[in-house]
Amino acid sequence: MMLHRSISLLTVGCLLASAALAQKTAVQSIEEYRAMLQDGNPADLFEAKGEDLWKQKRGPKNASLEKCDLGKGPGVVKGAFVELPRYFSDTNKVQDLESRLLTCMETLQGFNAVEIAKTPFGRGEQNNMTALVTWISAESKGMKFNLSQVHPQEKTFYEVGKRLFFQRAGPHDFSCSSCHGQDNTRIRLQDLPNLTKNPGDGIGFAAWPAYRVSNGQMWGMQQRLNDCYRQQRFPYPGFASDATVALGVYLGVNSQGSASVAPAIKR
Amino acid sequence: MADPMRIRAQAAGDKATVRVLMSHEMESGQRKDAAGKVVPAWHIQEVEAKLNGKSVMTAEWGAAVSKNPFLQFNVKGAKAGDKIAVTWKDNKGDTRTDEATVS
Repeated sequence: MMLHRSISLLTVGCLLASAALAQKTAVQSIEEYRAMLQDGNPADLFEAKGEDLWKQKRGPKNASLEKCDLGKGPGVVKGAFVELPRYFSDTNKVQDLESRLLTCMETLQGFNAVEIAKTPFGRGEQNNMTALVTWISAESKGMKFNLSQVHPQEKTFYEVGKRLFFQRAGPHDFSCSSCHGQDNTRIRLQDLPNLTKNPGDGIGFAAWPAYRVSNGQMWGMQQRLNDCYRQQRFPYPGFASDATVALGVYLGVNSQGSASVAPAIKR
Repeated sequence: MADPMRIRAQAAGDKATVRVLMSHEMESGQRKDAAGKVVPAWHIQEVEAKLNGKSVMTAEWGAAVSKNPFLQFNVKGAKAGDKIAVTWKDNKGDTRTDEATVS
């Protein structure tokens, strides 16, 4: 009798083990889902719109952005994205892609940069901003991040970004590192990359701008950072503010040598 | 005016695979805005694909189709150089047609 029971238990044990082997992990299922989406990434639509906006004469000065200097000389787009944020001597500031575009839209096209920065995401010129960053990032797809740390301001921004990343505050006593400071962690089904070091090709900083299937929205890095702060229950950081650019420098320098897959697609 | 579609059409054997990305809000008519008012339905209702001007596929779409929809289908007998045109029409009467060459 005893022997019989132990044999049947053993059989059940074997069955469970084989079922577990056959079952995919949640992460594998998400990967499969992403692969299925990859072919029809709607970021393509934003990319096309962004390219058009870059060449289109717009704004009070009726000018295009084709003379905009993204760091590699006026009008050079290819490869610019993977070197941003960087120091610009004309503005005497370290700027990320969005803040640099604000500068160009103001100086070349005559838009009011402060007004655009104050516009909520998904409205008016912010939609155009998103399309522009999608196209500009796509022009550097597959290239490796190579941020400069030569200028003293670039080093300062890295240090400031690092401090902001670890700064705990808010009603939940959260910091960026609460979620992104360890290996192999996740929130619900989402993998959380460890952003205190290089997370690898196409992960973290190298995966934005991205199209989010769940809400049908295209997000640039500024909006991604804004949402991180929302989730931490912090006040929203200013669009293209020094704080967000400093975080960009910290994340970008950490991703040194990793390939950008932007514009990516997220669940 | 609606933003352009992205159409890719690739011939393989005796058929061509067509992939279409459409730029559309596809508002279901079920959502409410910040003020609590229902956001009116606004979505594509009809889709038609033509091969060299001859209709090869028609579809009726509704509110359940996602924002910025992706559509993939095969066209029998299509070969490189053929023209594939896709047209959508939404419930507000707006329409858009884009064309691609099979490669």
